[in-house]
Amino acid sequence: MNGGYISSGDLQALWVTLQLAGLSTLFLLVLGTPMAWWLARTHNRLRAPAEALIALPLVLPPTVLGFYLLLAMGPDGPLSGLSLAFTFGGLLLGSMAYSLPFVVQPLRDAFAAIGEQPLEMAACLGASPTDRFRSVVLPLARPGYVTAAVLGFAHTLGEFGVVLMIGGNIPGETRVLSIAVYEHVEALDYSRAHILSAGLLILSFALLLVVYTSRFRRREDA
Amino acid sequence: MPALRVLLLSLCLLPGMAASAEIKVAVAANFAPTLRELAEDFSADTGHRVLISSGSTGKHYAQIRNGAGFDIFLAADSKHPELLEAEGVGVAGSRFTYAVGRLALWVPGEPGLGSPEEYLRTADFTRLAIANPRLAPYGLAAQQTLEIWQLWDQLQPRLVRGENIAQAHQFVATGNAPAGLVALSHLRAGGEPDGTFRLIPDSLHQPISQQALLLRPGEVAEAFLRYLRGGAATELIQASGYQVPVDR
Repeated sequence: MNGGYISSGDLQALWVTLQLAGLSTLFLLVLGTPMAWWLARTHNRLRAPAEALIALPLVLPPTVLGFYLLLAMGPDGPLSGLSLAFTFGGLLLGSMAYSLPFVVQPLRDAFAAIGEQPLEMAACLGASPTDRFRSVVLPLARPGYVTAAVLGFAHTLGEFGVVLMIGGNIPGETRVLSIAVYEHVEALDYSRAHILSAGLLILSFALLLVVYTSRFRRREDA
Repeated sequence: MPALRVLLLSLCLLPGMAASAEIKVAVAANFAPTLRELAEDFSADTGHRVLISSGSTGKHYAQIRNGAGFDIFLAADSKHPELLEAEGVGVAGSRFTYAVGRLALWVPGEPGLGSPEEYLRTADFTRLAIANPRLAPYGLAAQQTLEIWQLWDQLQPRLVRGENIAQAHQFVATGNAPAGLVALSHLRAGGEPDGTFRLIPDSLHQPISQQALLLRPGEVAEAFLRYLRGGAATELIQASGYQVPVDR
């Protein structure tokens, strides 16, 4: 690693990756909140199929997801009008589908753990639904939000199969870190692959450390 | 008694098993469909089985360096077999070019495609799919061609790079890129109509030489390589969209 260097292309890949992970996480938190809320409270018989659908990316190889996204973005696909293939927007959509369960499931569990009682009490005290959500649900579900955000971010950081299928490896737009590492390894440029891989390893460890440290601290506070 | 009968029966089978051996071949993804046909032909003649592992040449190289048990390496280029030979892996002197790939411009939406240079210079396409020049010999050939036509810089914003030539083909086949510089062998395998693609003159780039290397001596593996150089195999390889050097 000594004497190694990071090329501007690799820095660009890092920047694209951070943007992709950050934006996917942000959109997923906004979109996942009503989904998770519904899943946590509903007795609708559509709940089971919805849960199964959301959990699919946990089971499916990312290449399957990427392949169907590629077909969907093609001229005969349902997304053809948006010209998403080989664009950052397309990757964003793919990442959101890919990381969906990692955000929705912790939120769902956090909402379910709150139970009816605190909400009923707040309602008795005259709190409006928005007020109840802001001042009761959000603070109580905070650990769930932290877990959802970190897992969503970290999972997108490590995304490979989907990007490989729909990205097209365009510098500054769809060339993310995992693709850059893969390219360096395949081209037998192991030293540059090492720099990026070690960086990703340290970043991922630091992120997970944040989650677990905050968890332990809460437990000690309680 | 039944135990004895089973024992005798299996003793009878043993020589038969020795006669039909199997060899393991690591083959570049672009040649795998052709190899499957060749292997069938070879098996029908000799009774030996050919186990095919299709993948990227870079990955196969790393696996072979780390002791993967292949008998033959059919690479997508000449660089990796040369490296292995120089590193003392494989049988020295067994390396030869088994096929030379041809590059073609493919535009499925243009049934009467004219000169590829003219098209790339003037047509209003959104994306051009190529293989990654750093990883795939077809990608390097595409880059060299575009550089000679002085289109490389100009086309940068419109280039999408597949990890290998099969992926570049896939980008065009799924309609996500309207045009691509792809392998003739893939066009032949997909049965694409003649008017939608044009060959790139092979004087514009270094030959896409795909080389074979015998990884460990063995009767069957050597027989297969002899078959690969023979007339029947040559015809099949040519029909699949490759050239075969005369002096091999």
